[in-house]
Amino acid sequence: MGNFFKRVTIGLPYLWLCLLFLLPFLIVLRVSFSEPVLAMPPFAPQFDLSEGWQAFTDAVSRFTLYNFQFVLEDSLYTNAYLSSLRIALISTFLTLVIGFPLAYGMSRAPMTIRPMLLMLVILPFWTSFLIRVYAWIGILKPEGLMNQFLMGAGIISTPLRIYNTEIAVYIGIVYSYLPFMVLPIYATLEKMDYSYVEAARDLGCSALGAFWKITARLALPGVLAGCFLVFIPAIGEFVIPELLGGSRTLMIGKTLWSEFFNNRDWPVASTVAIILLAILVVPIVLFQNAQARAAEAGR
Amino acid sequence: MKSLGSTRRSFTPWLDKETKPYISFQNVTKKFGDFVAVDNLTLNIYEREFYSLLGPSGCGKTTLLRMLAGFEEPTSGEIFLDGVSLKGVPPHKRPVNMMFQSYALFPHMSVRDNIGFGLKQAGIAKAQITERVDAILKLVKLEEFAKRKPDQLSGGQRQRVALARSVVLRPKLLLLDEPLGALDKKLREETQFELMDLQHELGLTFMIVTHDQEEAMTMSDRIAVMDKGTVIQTGTPAEIYEAPNSRYVADFIGTVNTLEGKVKEKAAGKVKIVGKDGFTIEAATTDQFALNTDDTAWFSIRPEKIKVSRSKPDKQTNAVEGEVWDIGYLGDMTLFNVMLDSGTIMRASVLNAKRTVDDPIGYEDRIWLSFEPDAGIVLER
Repeated sequence: MGNFFKRVTIGLPYLWLCLLFLLPFLIVLRVSFSEPVLAMPPFAPQFDLSEGWQAFTDAVSRFTLYNFQFVLEDSLYTNAYLSSLRIALISTFLTLVIGFPLAYGMSRAPMTIRPMLLMLVILPFWTSFLIRVYAWIGILKPEGLMNQFLMGAGIISTPLRIYNTEIAVYIGIVYSYLPFMVLPIYATLEKMDYSYVEAARDLGCSALGAFWKITARLALPGVLAGCFLVFIPAIGEFVIPELLGGSRTLMIGKTLWSEFFNNRDWPVASTVAIILLAILVVPIVLFQNAQARAAEAGR
Repeated sequence: MKSLGSTRRSFTPWLDKETKPYISFQNVTKKFGDFVAVDNLTLNIYEREFYSLLGPSGCGKTTLLRMLAGFEEPTSGEIFLDGVSLKGVPPHKRPVNMMFQSYALFPHMSVRDNIGFGLKQAGIAKAQITERVDAILKLVKLEEFAKRKPDQLSGGQRQRVALARSVVLRPKLLLLDEPLGALDKKLREETQFELMDLQHELGLTFMIVTHDQEEAMTMSDRIAVMDKGTVIQTGTPAEIYEAPNSRYVADFIGTVNTLEGKVKEKAAGKVKIVGKDGFTIEAATTDQFALNTDDTAWFSIRPEKIKVSRSKPDKQTNAVEGEVWDIGYLGDMTLFNVMLDSGTIMRASVLNAKRTVDDPIGYEDRIWLSFEPDAGIVLER
């Protein structure tokens, strides 16, 4: 009885993953090997299970790698990948630069106000992500709040052009993903024994030296977790560049969207998605490794 | 010449007026908000001394240590180390090292790197670091553990790494915050002697914070008993134990019987006290004795200085009868809690010098407790 219960509890997450991750993945993978056709659904070959095994193998034999060749050779796609990678890397770095001091400040704040600070970090999640990104349009657009304020204060005379540029995308990504950076770093810093820093100071480290050699070093697992949690969703981000980035910001999420919905080319869109996944697997595996090593080290 | 306790020490720099104190707290006060952790404290510690700060938690002893290390600045007053004021000197520029209560071993570094950390900070050449770390590892008997991480060590090994890390820089002063607190009893006793040997070998000045009176008694040259941010008494372990200056100190160190009474007859070198418990105590006093007739005084006597007998001793004073209330057999000695007719419980201990006893004292037996005039001490507060 206990054994059965154990199997069910272990099995359920696997079942969940199979249904909602593995199965959709296999469908996308299979579409990426197909050709686009003007039909519904818009790709061939189709599997017709009523015609038996022979029809299935025939269909499989018509699979093609043409889409992969096409996507990898067309500079439009490679540029979109590279641009996404660049934007994701820069945003991750910016999020870290802003998030680390925040997390550090929180971990050093008096015990009594820490829950409130934590609440403030999580609070934005209470509003829909989409609405928050829309709000940034209102702030950043030429006649928006920010320009009104800066011009009203006499700091600038012509409105800043931030909306519909890459800078707006950085602002959007940093804003949206900041909690994912702050929370894991805070978690590692908060449980760190401050006497390590005092010991380092006692042994001859300046305040800055002790920060680098002890605090920053011991926060590394949290920093890595935060970076991956920001980088992985940022690289495939669609909503933020679509709403804030304008037409000139090239990101793979937007390319994918236009292949699916504008061009109705499901096979190429699927291929773009599969290649994106392949690119992401590398940092994901690195992340898992880092996590496993941290767990092994026991902290 | 009579001296207190059975120890004879030749190291008594505090008695020499010529010797300059090595560490000097001068009217140091430290406040945290409204809370006064250290209250106008003046204290001198001499070179090569093994000095203990003893007191209950919250008495300010750790704050005192942290002010020396540079983690806290005094609110007022000044601290001098070897004649130089420590005001505004950051922790990393003080020739002082600290061994932390939690050990604070860097979890991401091996034992070797932990011990070598301070040397590396000081910019010492690699070969020399290796040499010095090796030497200290040998001293604390941890040669085989050099490559381990702190979480792969036992509590006792961690303690020794922390000790090695704090002495490898050869600080002028080593601060130890409850250094043995996390060890079990047996290991603690062993380590006490190791610490004393180490201090002697390296010729360092040790300042140790502890709430364990036994630990302080065993290791220290001098002890400062603290309460509520002030020092109540400083002295050698024997002075603290045999000549406490207050009921607080007498009570804090070891077990003590304190009998309240009124001063009756006062003569040179002795005083008669009529105790609340209905018997007269004749006690020896020192020249400093300042109480007058009818003042309240407390007579404080240690259990091992009370004689236990079945028959009435042939003297009028310093003897009282009671009923055996509790017996505690400790092996080396037996404790008797005796209820006097007044209801007060006095404790006496008897050394079990012989293996067998004729007619042992049992529960509810009526026995006599007696003591010599100089066996206890009269306290004024």
